[in-house]
Amino acid sequence: MTRFNAQRRRLFGRALAFGAVTLLPACNYDDPDHPDLADDFLRLMSGWNNEVQEALFDPNTLAPTFKPSQITRPARFNAFYDISQAPQVDPSTWRLELAGLIGDKQAWSLGQLRALPQESQITRFICVEGWRVIGQWSGVPLRQFLRAVSADTRARYVSFKCADGYYTSIDMESALHPQTILALDFLGAPLTAPFGAPVRLRIPTKLGFKNPKSIVAMEVTNQWTGGYWERQGYNWFSGS
Amino acid sequence: MQGMEMDATLHTEAQERQAGAKVIHPWPLRLMHWLNAVAIITLIGSGWQIYNASPFLPFIFPHWATIGEWLGAAIAWHLAAIWLLMLNGLAYLVWGFASGHFKHKLWPLSPRAVLHDAWAAIRFKLPHEVGVYNAVQRLLYIGVIALGIVAVLTGLAVWKPVQLWPLSDLFGGFFISRVIHFIAMTGIVLFIAVHVLLVALVPRVLPPMIIGGRFPESGKHQ
Repeated sequence: MTRFNAQRRRLFGRALAFGAVTLLPACNYDDPDHPDLADDFLRLMSGWNNEVQEALFDPNTLAPTFKPSQITRPARFNAFYDISQAPQVDPSTWRLELAGLIGDKQAWSLGQLRALPQESQITRFICVEGWRVIGQWSGVPLRQFLRAVSADTRARYVSFKCADGYYTSIDMESALHPQTILALDFLGAPLTAPFGAPVRLRIPTKLGFKNPKSIVAMEVTNQWTGGYWERQGYNWFSGS
Repeated sequence: MQGMEMDATLHTEAQERQAGAKVIHPWPLRLMHWLNAVAIITLIGSGWQIYNASPFLPFIFPHWATIGEWLGAAIAWHLAAIWLLMLNGLAYLVWGFASGHFKHKLWPLSPRAVLHDAWAAIRFKLPHEVGVYNAVQRLLYIGVIALGIVAVLTGLAVWKPVQLWPLSDLFGGFFISRVIHFIAMTGIVLFIAVHVLLVALVPRVLPPMIIGGRFPESGKHQ
């Protein structure tokens, strides 16, 4: 992948200088704007791990599915803010803005999304922290939506912006995976604010933080746009 | 005739040098030992920080003992150091079999020899023989290699429960893989504790792991 190669060339000399001294507990990704030598080394390795995960990703491998009785109750809230801070989005005025390599960029309303064929899944949501929950989500498979808006599926990335300022991006292969959906319902009812109302991405082949909530804009692009947590140091691909 | 004899002698000495017959720890072993030390300490320290983000036992590791100030940095260290551990470990396994190191140093091993040497060690009657591992050492070394392999495999199962689902299933799924990964880590930490304690008790074993060292009487241990 050219993005990582360029990065690698630029950092290779410095990584060599870094040498065997990998034990620097002071290097902690604590300031993304001012990376130190160790941060550069970790980014280099994270880029390499992205490539390994892309090679490992099989579009035909499905995430395991579960029985309704296995659903975790109560559902677990998680965000970079308290549950009371979850963004309140008015579903009647909400629109999904489209940008980038998309043929029909007209914004979508919730009613229009609900009119598309829906799919349901009971899958496991694994957080980067190590815990996991099983939930039921249903909505529009992303690959069908991408086709419906004439997106260029040869592009490399699909990126998302959320009502709470969160943002993230995924590789096109994962976006086209059959279990990747724009979820509208959670546990059989429309999504509530803490769980990503009105629309969130549900992608069981990636870790939890790659499932953005309360999406307001989607872009298809060849430009790598990273993400909120990825900028701070989480691995970008974060496949499961 | 004389010339031929001399040639033969030189040849044998060269062969001995090449095979590292007189060196207690040949250089590839020393290099791999210390690379492994760097990798394993980084992996354990960052692994403890990762565990702390979502502990499944009623305790967390003290922050000073962890590597990476927060979860993101700890995961980055963990997934960087794992490459050093895997490549170095693979080199060690290939070298260990190809050079005869495993065959000569870790084998043979019998339960009887382990019991005998363990009993002798408890009574402080087990002498340290330079360059020779007693049966308890052999068992521990083979055991820690096995734990390392289990740790890598369960780590892969935790890292990719979807893509590497057969591995995940083999270990009983995502959570049980995590638990086995933790148990393997615990075993490795106990090994390191004993390993370092023994070096502290018999400090003369340390220099050979750094500079190689020579057997006291050449030929005796070959």
